[in-house]
Amino acid sequence: MTDADKPTKYRLIGLALPRHDALDKVYGQTKYADDFTMPGTLHAKVLRSRYAAARIVSIDTSAAERMPGVHAVLTARDVPRNETTSKFGQTHSAGGFEGLYRVLADKKVRYMGEAVALVAAETPETAAQALRAIDVVYEPQPGVFDPVEALKPDAYRVGEEDTNVVCSYKVRKGDVDAAFARADVVVENEYRVPFGDHVYLEPESGTAWIDEDGVLTIRASTQVIEHFRDVADILRLPHNKVRVIAPMLGGGFGGKEDITVEAYLALLAYRTKRPVKLTYTREESILSHSKRHPYVMRYKTAATADGKLVAMECELISDAGGYPFLSPWVLLYSTVMATGPYKIPNVKVDAHAVLTNNTFTSAYRGFGAPQVCFAYESQMDAVAAQLGLTPLAFRMKNYLHTGDELGTGYALESAVLTDETAERALAALGEPTKPRSPWEKIGRGIASGMQSYGRLVYLHDSSRSFVGFELDGTVVVRCGVQDIGGGQTSSIAQITAEVLGVSMQDVTVYFGDTALTPLAGTTTATRMLYMSGNATLKAARAVRDALVTKAAEMLDASPDRIAMADKTFRVVGDKDHSLSLIEVLEACASDGIPLSNLAQFNAPAREVKESANVEGQIHPDYTFGTHAAEVAVDTVTGQVTVLKLVAAFDVGQAINRLSAEGQLEGGTACGAGYALLEDVKMDRGRTVTCALDTYLVPTAADLPDVTTIMIESGGGMGPFGAKGIGEPSSTSSAPAVTNAVADAIGIRLTRLPVSPERILTALKEGQAKRDDAVSRRVPELA
Amino acid sequence: MLTSCTNAIVLTVNGDDHMLVVEPNDLLINVLRNDLGLTGAKYGCGTGQCGACTVLIDGQPTLSCITLAVACDGKKVTTIEGITGPDGGLHPIQEEFLNENAVQCGFCTPGMILMAGDLLQRNPHPTEDEIRHHIKGNICRCTGYNGIVRAIQNAAQRMAAGEKPLEALGTTVREVVKR
Ligand code: FES
Ligand code: FES
Repeated sequence: MTDADKPTKYRLIGLALPRHDALDKVYGQTKYADDFTMPGTLHAKVLRSRYAAARIVSIDTSAAERMPGVHAVLTARDVPRNETTSKFGQTHSAGGFEGLYRVLADKKVRYMGEAVALVAAETPETAAQALRAIDVVYEPQPGVFDPVEALKPDAYRVGEEDTNVVCSYKVRKGDVDAAFARADVVVENEYRVPFGDHVYLEPESGTAWIDEDGVLTIRASTQVIEHFRDVADILRLPHNKVRVIAPMLGGGFGGKEDITVEAYLALLAYRTKRPVKLTYTREESILSHSKRHPYVMRYKTAATADGKLVAMECELISDAGGYPFLSPWVLLYSTVMATGPYKIPNVKVDAHAVLTNNTFTSAYRGFGAPQVCFAYESQMDAVAAQLGLTPLAFRMKNYLHTGDELGTGYALESAVLTDETAERALAALGEPTKPRSPWEKIGRGIASGMQSYGRLVYLHDSSRSFVGFELDGTVVVRCGVQDIGGGQTSSIAQITAEVLGVSMQDVTVYFGDTALTPLAGTTTATRMLYMSGNATLKAARAVRDALVTKAAEMLDASPDRIAMADKTFRVVGDKDHSLSLIEVLEACASDGIPLSNLAQFNAPAREVKESANVEGQIHPDYTFGTHAAEVAVDTVTGQVTVLKLVAAFDVGQAINRLSAEGQLEGGTACGAGYALLEDVKMDRGRTVTCALDTYLVPTAADLPDVTTIMIESGGGMGPFGAKGIGEPSSTSSAPAVTNAVADAIGIRLTRLPVSPERILTALKEGQAKRDDAVSRRVPELA
Repeated sequence: MLTSCTNAIVLTVNGDDHMLVVEPNDLLINVLRNDLGLTGAKYGCGTGQCGACTVLIDGQPTLSCITLAVACDGKKVTTIEGITGPDGGLHPIQEEFLNENAVQCGFCTPGMILMAGDLLQRNPHPTEDEIRHHIKGNICRCTGYNGIVRAIQNAAQRMAAGEKPLEALGTTVREVVKR
């Protein structure tokens, strides 16, 4: 922890306060989705396709329907509107970014684990038996499982269209070919990253029922309560007859951004008129729900002899799996951030997302940024090595600063302190560790990253929050945030308490309920603090202004001389005159002055351009930072031990120092897992890592203590100058670790995860791409 | 459906005796969560690979998702709901989990706290390495374990300085009624 003791101009903002939701959690009292049961609840199960690519010839549900205790068996023909063009929770028309959402497979299955039928029964066991009694006749199809193959003109068609390409984007700036011809060093590599599973500890879960007013109500683990619109459309119900409630989540990481159990539950509850509950098994979660996109990335990077980057060319191919979901958006993020936090005069990016018969891919912490960060940060080290510069020295010559343009031509407006984060991250590694044996090699690496916070400006994002005093001086906030564990509601309580001069304990935050809380948008895209924090700040300030005005009148002083803190109004410099909060509240109430305010915050907005060419501003703003890692590689076993991890970020302004630090620590850990362990293996569309002993995530014994360095530029667009940190904290962690591994063994592995097998193969065969083997010096006069 | 042979068992859960009729294949996690309404033990995997369902059985950490309820007949079960401090408030371990932000989504927290209590009872002065190895069967996806390890270190210090170990709490031993 650093910068922690500096004096602050705030009462509560920036302090390390225990989160207000944590108390229930240490008592085991928090009621997550599966912890909630209604009397008379039926249990749902989902029949999933055993094939990755097949035609559905027939489905016979009659035997299942006849089973005692079975209340409903539904297939595609029972869904009022089985296909929607989902805008994926968006509050504004999303233009070219809609994707087909098919509730239940119809005629064709596009990935293994796709939902084919739903059952609701008295017990989970009966529901499972009913699934086995459903007779589906499939006609297997060849399928296509590699996105590069799927691009070929004669490839098997995954969907119903005559192409597998979901979308393509490009960025063009300057003339890369001319720059390559003139450059002193050109490095070219192909990188591959695998499917990833979120492994939120709480699997997908929810309960649906029809309430006493006939409103279809779904209480589910979701990052997007605004899927209530999708559910209503699917059932052809008016939007105001569907309500979604999100309790505290046991993690999300993007995997609960797309609809999970909501539509299934809604259909079954609507059919049976009984409460219905559905919780995925872990196996089902890994098999059937969204994954992080695997990418194939070809990078060509050029620099001058004095260490200036002159060109970067990137070709990105993303595996969208069986359905588009958020693949177009994820790809757009990758396209914009493909060249990282570097100033490069000549940029060419070509990016394609392609359907395959693999499990569908969608949002995952980082949203397309971690894939490209692994590639560009590997390239930066490879180029530095060619130039004879240290990784830090080469980066320091090329970091973007405020006012510099991205490849799209957008000039950065907010603070950019990547240099400082890099210097401090590397310094924090301290003295190098000594190898414990002759065959152990120690290596160090850094990686810098950039990651947007807030959604695409095309989405015209907004958030709303209601803040009001009760007559006893306590405060209620109503804000439709989903709390996925990052301290979302706690930060809102802290912001409110800061502005209204009360303690955090005085603030109750009602969250995540489309019927009771003003809609605040999704808890995704590192947007919640930025968007709902600003909306809450705006509402709280409006309440404060009204009260201060009244207090000023009562104290016969001008409003700008009134201080409101500790539930007291004082005239600055006048010890004798003060009013209690209650006195002012009562006066306002009697005068008809509102004690509450509903505020809306709008993010910067742009219209969608109908062009594959990505230009100008795409995101509201970016967060910049650097990870540093020290590793020990056992050259006999290929085992990597992460000895030190550092995350240094400009967080703008920490709202809750503990929460910000927790994001940095947790994000860094996830990145280390991406670097070394995590790999959803699929064999022709069949996931073979469906349990946590084959899909490995980091345990406490796999990781060192993460050192966090928070720099507070105050230059963010969030409340009090905060920047978003949830996703950025993860993005550059993986390449810091893999750069350290490359430093240790002298061989750069271009494929994640950097597993012991891959390290041993590289070491033994000695034919993995060495930096010098894959790059070439361009003759001076070429 | 086949007639199943049900069993009557007695579980002492957090100090209270419960006479329960269970099926031979009923898992402890489901009996705790569905029959007793104790939802502190979480389902994270169902296959003994994540630690979210951890409870203590006669003081031993046990994965309730792979433990048959009948096998616990006559035993003392402690769940997170049974953990309190000496005055009924927070136990030092819980308090340190709060102070060190060892809790984000909180889904791993019940299991982690019980494992921490188990460790500190066996080993009052664990090293960082010993802490990390003791909790390595418990996955946390949010915190990177930093806060959890710090919290356990702090709690160890406090308990070494005289505060109560976990074992003495929440598990008031009563005469178990044998059937
Ligand atoms: S739920 Fe028991 S170990 Fe995961
Ligand atoms: S706090 Fe979320 S899994 Fe540990």
